[in-house]
Order: sequence, then structure tokens, then C-alpha cells
Amino acid sequence: MKALHNQSISELRQALDNKAVSAKELTLHFLERIEQFDSEINSFVTLDAEGALAAAELADQSLSKDGAKQGLLGIPFAHKDIFCTRGIRTTCGSKMLSNFVPPYDATIVSKIGENGAIHLGKTNMDEFAMGSSNETSYYGDVKNPWNKDTVPGGSSGGSAAAVAARLGVFATGTDTGGSIRQPAALCGITGLKPTYGRVSRYGMIAFASSLDQAGPMTRSAEDAAHVLNAIAGHDPLDSTSSDRTTQDYSADLERPLDGLRIGLPTEYFDARLDSAMADTVLQALKELEKLGASLIDISLPNSELSVPAYYVIAPAEASSNLSRFDGVRYGHRCEDPKDLMDLYVRTRNEGFGSEVKRRILVGTYALSAGYYDAYYRKAQQIRRLIQQDFTAAFAKVDIIAGPTSPSPAFKFGEKQTDPVAMYLEDIYTIAVNLAGLPGMSVPAGFLNEMPVGLQLIGNYFDESKLLNVAHRFQMTTDWHEKVPAGF
Amino acid sequence: MSITPEEVSKTAKLARLSVEGEEAIEVAERISAILELVEQMQATDTQNVEPMANPHDAVQILRKDETGTLPDLIAQRDKFLDIAPETQDGLFLVPKVIE
Repeated sequence: MKALHNQSISELRQALDNKAVSAKELTLHFLERIEQFDSEINSFVTLDAEGALAAAELADQSLSKDGAKQGLLGIPFAHKDIFCTRGIRTTCGSKMLSNFVPPYDATIVSKIGENGAIHLGKTNMDEFAMGSSNETSYYGDVKNPWNKDTVPGGSSGGSAAAVAARLGVFATGTDTGGSIRQPAALCGITGLKPTYGRVSRYGMIAFASSLDQAGPMTRSAEDAAHVLNAIAGHDPLDSTSSDRTTQDYSADLERPLDGLRIGLPTEYFDARLDSAMADTVLQALKELEKLGASLIDISLPNSELSVPAYYVIAPAEASSNLSRFDGVRYGHRCEDPKDLMDLYVRTRNEGFGSEVKRRILVGTYALSAGYYDAYYRKAQQIRRLIQQDFTAAFAKVDIIAGPTSPSPAFKFGEKQTDPVAMYLEDIYTIAVNLAGLPGMSVPAGFLNEMPVGLQLIGNYFDESKLLNVAHRFQMTTDWHEKVPAGF
Repeated sequence: MSITPEEVSKTAKLARLSVEGEEAIEVAERISAILELVEQMQATDTQNVEPMANPHDAVQILRKDETGTLPDLIAQRDKFLDIAPETQDGLFLVPKVIE
């Protein structure tokens, strides 16, 4: 029999419902694993063992009653430390919020809680989700479980590492430019960024509001569908959340792929992509071809402009969103301010790390008088062109596929001093956020013993198709079942 | 396009940050590299392209403007005051603004 920590949500659902294991035993199993392994990878910022055990007791009471059980009842998981959790410190990876205990829950937190899942703790992340390596966290680097000299990716690096190391059945993440998909790729797990607006942003600390989207980080597409079922839907507390009806995202998982048209953007496979990476991804695509899909070359001519446009739009929105951190209402406050300006400036200088400051400066500059048209307006026009590229492509194909990241996990320090090199880490993921489309990363093989991710991009609100393709792929491959040595 | 250390310091002031001296020189270098990357946009003709602010071109949804009851509002206020650095008489406290 598979160890408890290697079982899928469906398998655990059955074990819990058949009383083969109790929610308390399962919770203790994961708490023990966190105790045993997390000092090696630093994937958690805050643990909530007491809360988890109390929730497990409630889950066991529900499990002892007759009747249908909710999908996630009794399943232990972790939240990215960007989601407000009532009574549990929420840091967003920053010194600024090192003492912040929210008085309310994010909608995604209450939804997963109401579904009966057991919250183990909050996962580490790049400060305010700004980074692709987890090196900007105030709470220390997260190590990639596959090789502790390498980064786990970011910004949801703690969530990715925790799921890869089997320290929770699943985790939540957020994705503004690749922050679910890129760490999922680098840690060998499955990550789904839903369509913009599919999951509520209420209580999720804002980075770039027109790009941010929360989603599941899991070991398989099947698990991702279960989590998406619990979190998707309209929220009156988030005016940008979509009121389109949700689907049962598990219903179409096994649909055959005969006749599926997969578009391969020539821009994602050109000479700039490392040839060994290209080979690994193409090998995975051949598997999908064997399952009945056809591969069609397409073009996304403006994709090269996605990184430049993103690094105007995201910092501009961030500079506005992060103005709320002023030392007045919550979070860090400097000692003995001499006047109000001193309070603001010293609080922010002490509370923010260098990458966050850099992005606030870029955003403030791009929005300042005289530069608005050249930067912000121009970037929003480019954003439209990028969206039109995708619309044209989806007239010819059902999904789009390519690499998630340009390379597997890189070493600590390698890109930290060069912001532009770090930004290019998200070259294949950013356009998806600008357009607001759903995207996934699925484990697709290994290169130099490190995981490689296959990115799948779907049309608006077509999460079911993405999950279907990913699940069929995972039915015939076992990359997603590989466990890093020592865990 | 590049940014000077002086412009960095000025922008920092607008953002209620302080970046001066040696640090401004280093930050200016890094931000100039980012602006150079961003500059690639300028080669593309975007005349007559409608700027895109939201993926679904959605409009702002407003909720009904409803009043609450006083005890509820005070309870709600107190939850937020509890986590504030300094409060007095149900208000957030900041250094003196008017002499």
C-alpha cells in the first residue's frame, strides 16, 4: 500500500470514509513529516498544529455521521502566506507584516475551511509575491526538495516545495506572472492558475490586481480538480470575480483526447529555448499525440513584448496597492517617528525588502507625470495585442502548449543580482496573466535530475479542458508520482 | 532610457521611501536595466489600439450602499483597532500633524 503522504485526494477520501484512517491520524502524520523535514527546506513560515488538530477532531465527528461527505473533508493542506487567516499571522513574506494577525478570513480560506479540509500552516513565499526564486522572502530561502542547492521557484515556492516534499496533500498558491506555474515546474508538481476572476481575490494580499489569481498546487490534475471545485465561484466581496457559473471540474477528467488540437507557439520553441529543454517538452507532447491529439504550429507574434509590458503594469499596480502599508493601521511601525512623513518613510524603508522597493519605484516612475502615456498606456495597449494573439490562436486550436520555464531550477544567488535575468524566468508564463487566461504546469520529465514542467494554456473559463488534458497525460506517464530522494 | 540617481531619490520621495547617496546610484543602475527592457515596447505601433485594463473588459460592480447598526459597526471597528500600532478613543493615532 502507498504511504499516506503519497495518496491522492480520492484515495484519502476513500480511506477516511471507510475509517481506514481518521482525520486526526492523517493530520498527525503530516505534522510529524513537517517536524521531520521542514527544517531542511523552510517551506512553512507559521504552523498551526493546534488549529489543525481541532479541525481534525471536527472532521472526525462529521466522518462518523452518515451521508455524503464534502470533497476535502479531513484532507490536510497548507495556505500560501498571502491569504488572510483569521487569528493566524499572515506575513506575505515581508517584515512589514511580521506582526499582522488578520481579523478575518480570505474567501478562499473560508471556502476550503467550510469544505472540511485541515489547515496545517502558512507557506513561505517571495516578499509580496515579487520574485521567481523565493530569495526575496524575509523568512529565509525555501530549498528545492529535489536539490537543496537550487531554488524552488517563486513566488509560491513554499507551497510548491511543501507539496513536492509531501508535507501536505495540497497547497494554495497565487499567480500574477507565473507564481503558481513556475514553482510547480521547478518542484515537479501540478499547478493551475485559473482564468482571471474564477477564484475570489478577497483577503488575498494584493500585488497587481488586474493580474492576480489564486489556484491549487497539487500532485496531480485530478487533485487540482477537487481543489478547484472547492474554491471557484463568484464572490460578492470581490467585484472582479466572475459571475459565470462554475462546473464540476472532475466530471470531464477522463474524456478521450481524440481530435484535440494542441497549438505550439513557434515563439516558445525558437532558438532561445535550450535544446535539451525543448527535447524534454517535445517528448511529453509526443505522448499527447499518441493519445489522439494533433500538434499544430501557431504564432503568438507579440509574446516577446509580454515581459516588458508586464514590468510596467505589475509594478504600477503594486506601487498603488502597497501604498496601504504606512505604519498607521496594522503591520510594522518604526520607532519614535518625529512627524507623519518620518513615520511613513522610515516604516516603509524598514518594512520592505530591496526587490519590493525597486518595483514600487519602477511603478511610481511609470505612473508619474510625463511618463504615463509612454509607459502605462503603452503597456496596456501591448496587453491588448497579446490578448488578440491568443484569441486568433484559439480560433485554430483547443489548447496551447509549451515549456513552463526556460530551464529547470537554478542555483541560489545565480540570478539574484540581475533583476532582468530573474524577470526572464517568467517569459513563458507572463502573457497568460496579461490575457487573463487559465494556465497549468504539469510534470513532464527531468533534465539533469531536476523536474521540467509542461505548460498548458486554455481558453477563458476552460479549466475543465486543461485538467482533462493534464489528467489523460498523467494516466499514461508517472512523472507526477516521482518523489524527491530523502522525503 | 535610463534614470539618474537624482530621479531615483525624487521618485522614492513620491512613494514615501528614502533612497539616497550610494544606494541611489546602485538602484538607478538596476532600474535603468529594467527600463531598457521595458523600452522594447516602443518599437511596436499601437496607434488605434484600445488600452486593456481588465482581461474581461469588466466594469466596476458596486454593492448597495447600506448602513449597519451601531453596535455591529463598533465591534467591527474594534477588531481592526486591536491590531493597530497605536490607538486612542477608537481612533488610529499618528504623530501630530497640525501645530
